[in-house]
Amino acid sequence: MAVSSSSAQSVFRNKMARYYGLFTIGFLVVSAIMLLLEVFAGLPSRIIGWIFLLLTMALYATIGIISRTKLLDEYYVAGRNVPAVFNGMATGADWMSAASFISMAGTLFLIGYDGLAYIMGWTGGYVLLALLFAPYLRKFGQYTIPDFVGARFGGNTARVVAAICAIVVSLTYVTAQVVGVGLIMQRFVGVDFRLGVVLGLSGVLVCSFLGGMKAVTWTQVAQYIILITAYMIPVTFLSLKLTGFPIPQLSYGQALQNIMRLEQEQGLSKTTESPVVPGKFVTSGYVPPFNEGMNNASARAAVTQINTQFGASLTPPEPITIPDAKRPELGDWRGTPWNFLALMACLMLGTAGLPHILIRFYTVPSVRESRMSVGWSLFFIFLLYFTAPAYAAFSRWNILENVVGKPVGDLPAWTETWGRNGLIAIRDFASIDGVEIGKQPSWVKNLEKSKAVVIEDLNGNGKIDLGPFEKIDDKTGRAGEISGTAVTEKSVDGIVQYGEIGTPTAGTIDGDLVVLSAPDIAGLPFTIGALVAAGGLAAALSTADGLLVVIASAVAHDIYFRTINPKASLQTRIMLGKGMIVVAAVIAALLALPRLALIAQMVAWAFSMAAATFFPIVLLGIFWRRANGPGAIAGMIGGLVVTIFYMAMNYVNPAFNVLGITHLASGIFGLPVAIILCIVFSLITKAPPKEIQDLVDNLRNPITDDEMMAKYGSRGSAQAH
Amino acid sequence: MTDLTKLPAEERARLYWRENLRLITTLLIIWFVVSYVPVLFVNQLNNIVIAGFPLGYYMGSQGSLVVFVIQIFYYAYAMNKLDQKYGLSDRDR
Repeated sequence: MAVSSSSAQSVFRNKMARYYGLFTIGFLVVSAIMLLLEVFAGLPSRIIGWIFLLLTMALYATIGIISRTKLLDEYYVAGRNVPAVFNGMATGADWMSAASFISMAGTLFLIGYDGLAYIMGWTGGYVLLALLFAPYLRKFGQYTIPDFVGARFGGNTARVVAAICAIVVSLTYVTAQVVGVGLIMQRFVGVDFRLGVVLGLSGVLVCSFLGGMKAVTWTQVAQYIILITAYMIPVTFLSLKLTGFPIPQLSYGQALQNIMRLEQEQGLSKTTESPVVPGKFVTSGYVPPFNEGMNNASARAAVTQINTQFGASLTPPEPITIPDAKRPELGDWRGTPWNFLALMACLMLGTAGLPHILIRFYTVPSVRESRMSVGWSLFFIFLLYFTAPAYAAFSRWNILENVVGKPVGDLPAWTETWGRNGLIAIRDFASIDGVEIGKQPSWVKNLEKSKAVVIEDLNGNGKIDLGPFEKIDDKTGRAGEISGTAVTEKSVDGIVQYGEIGTPTAGTIDGDLVVLSAPDIAGLPFTIGALVAAGGLAAALSTADGLLVVIASAVAHDIYFRTINPKASLQTRIMLGKGMIVVAAVIAALLALPRLALIAQMVAWAFSMAAATFFPIVLLGIFWRRANGPGAIAGMIGGLVVTIFYMAMNYVNPAFNVLGITHLASGIFGLPVAIILCIVFSLITKAPPKEIQDLVDNLRNPITDDEMMAKYGSRGSAQAH
Repeated sequence: MTDLTKLPAEERARLYWRENLRLITTLLIIWFVVSYVPVLFVNQLNNIVIAGFPLGYYMGSQGSLVVFVIQIFYYAYAMNKLDQKYGLSDRDR
């Protein structure tokens, strides 16, 4: 029997490999045709953008329709017959969100070495997944993570707590994806943000609504192929253009060297003494580590945004920056690795504890395949993460070389293209010479509001005139018609300084610029830009798909079927699951529309929360037979409370910190609390019953037997009667 | 050498689990050494430059990642062998 099923598996695998091989070739051919049409027939870019978006959406919908199903196993776990390699691609697409695809390289661009905590954190977590979780969860082989928690820790309380955690984490995460979908649609086909959200979501729904996990998995495979192609092409050409060598992952060492040289020349990399700790020196720059200070600007911005959008009147926290020469008691944690290490640990543990990734390992046929599948997952993720630092380095080199120190009127064309999208703005006053009064960019208006700049129309022509550049009148302090504290020789000289590159609203570029502008910088046609947009869309949609399934199954399976009504028919359960997908999608859309900065913040927090709740509980559940229900509940609640407490305190007031660890890494405090509480509460209460200890022994035996395991899965609900 | 597959089931499971734990521990130590330890010495490592890459930066951006990928595939390979050694492979059914 084993032989025939494994040969059936390999036939299936080969068939799928053929389909997706053809699909990849087809996709490349279509892209090539578009490219030719653009170059030789002058197809307008708006149309190319639409064709790419509609074509890929139609493709996802088609896979969704082909995979539609009425079987529970297919709806929740893709029929458990996804071969390891394909599950690896699907996990890759599920995992890599709009943030990984578009924003991660930007983070590296902006904070240099310190950003590598994300690169190592989001890949190193898969080692934990492979060694500690995946094979045992596959052996368990039910539908959801709360299923595991409920069966292992005996009862509905643990199950419901886990289900609620899964819903909260997934809902914030899916909301961030929906925002990403709206932004991509807005930038590349020029539709309204709201319309973009609706269009994108309908694509997600066709797929996940009809076919659940089965459709989602096979769509994600296609989405992975699109997103990785789209990520690799621009950076390869960028590398070829800048270094003459087409393998960016190997050649960006040259970019790093150039960055270090240019930073030296431009005075951006320098070693300075800490303003508060005498004798302590910190080196700024792209490669030198640990030079980020702490502040609560994001908390202040979040409160202000909530006030303006909802008419609330919350008081934003006092601005605090660390280090601050005036407040030496706050200390200076720059130069120490603790925050980096804590953040990296939280991202790793959180990765291994996120429900939408954990459930992926229910979909493979066996324990054996599950181990391989984590390897493939990380390999496919690695391809992108291994490349992101190259994007960042090339982009930074290019900006230092070709933008900084250049005259305002003589900048590369891409700065104007992306300036229109608000991703970059050159904040030198020479750039507003001759602009009509009232039409000055918003960064100037903001300076006027804070009285740092005053504009007076002295000659009455209705325009801002700066007179000759580089000159500030000694007597009046004016440069032409502008004056004020922000008016300095450098800010009116018409030469771009590094500090003058920002966006209309912020002092640094929008990180999304790094990936989005790469095709333009490399001098590639718009088709490649549209390909990148399609890739970003694929990344956002695939993650959203996987998350909707988690939310729907947490409600329909864990809360309704397992807890409220264990007698529900298969049909009711599937109908409810489908209904919940639509409800979750609508809620996510409503949460996405105000585009709250707080949502992106919450996604970053999700890792800390998962690291302090799911990770320790699942870990102890597998590796410590004695762990029991009271221990698990105490651990989850204790871990969550400590994490949220540190998070909130530090977010509002960075003066509250331990070793300079920020709110993003607060899970590092919740995790040990969760483990200790789980151990203590387990030991002072009764050992788990024999059946549960048998379950643990069974988990450790790699021979896959789903029928045998099924009896454990239903234990929690059986107790309810 | 005794054929481990012939041992009583409980004894087999115990030995199998012990070997698995030893493998997991070894791999976790390597995992820690390539990702956390270089962070502590990043300034010293950055003085070593290979093909333009300062080594401290390289470990964070590529070096540790490559090790992670190899580790997981190695674990899958080693566990498949271990399954067979103890007669606990799916293929033995």
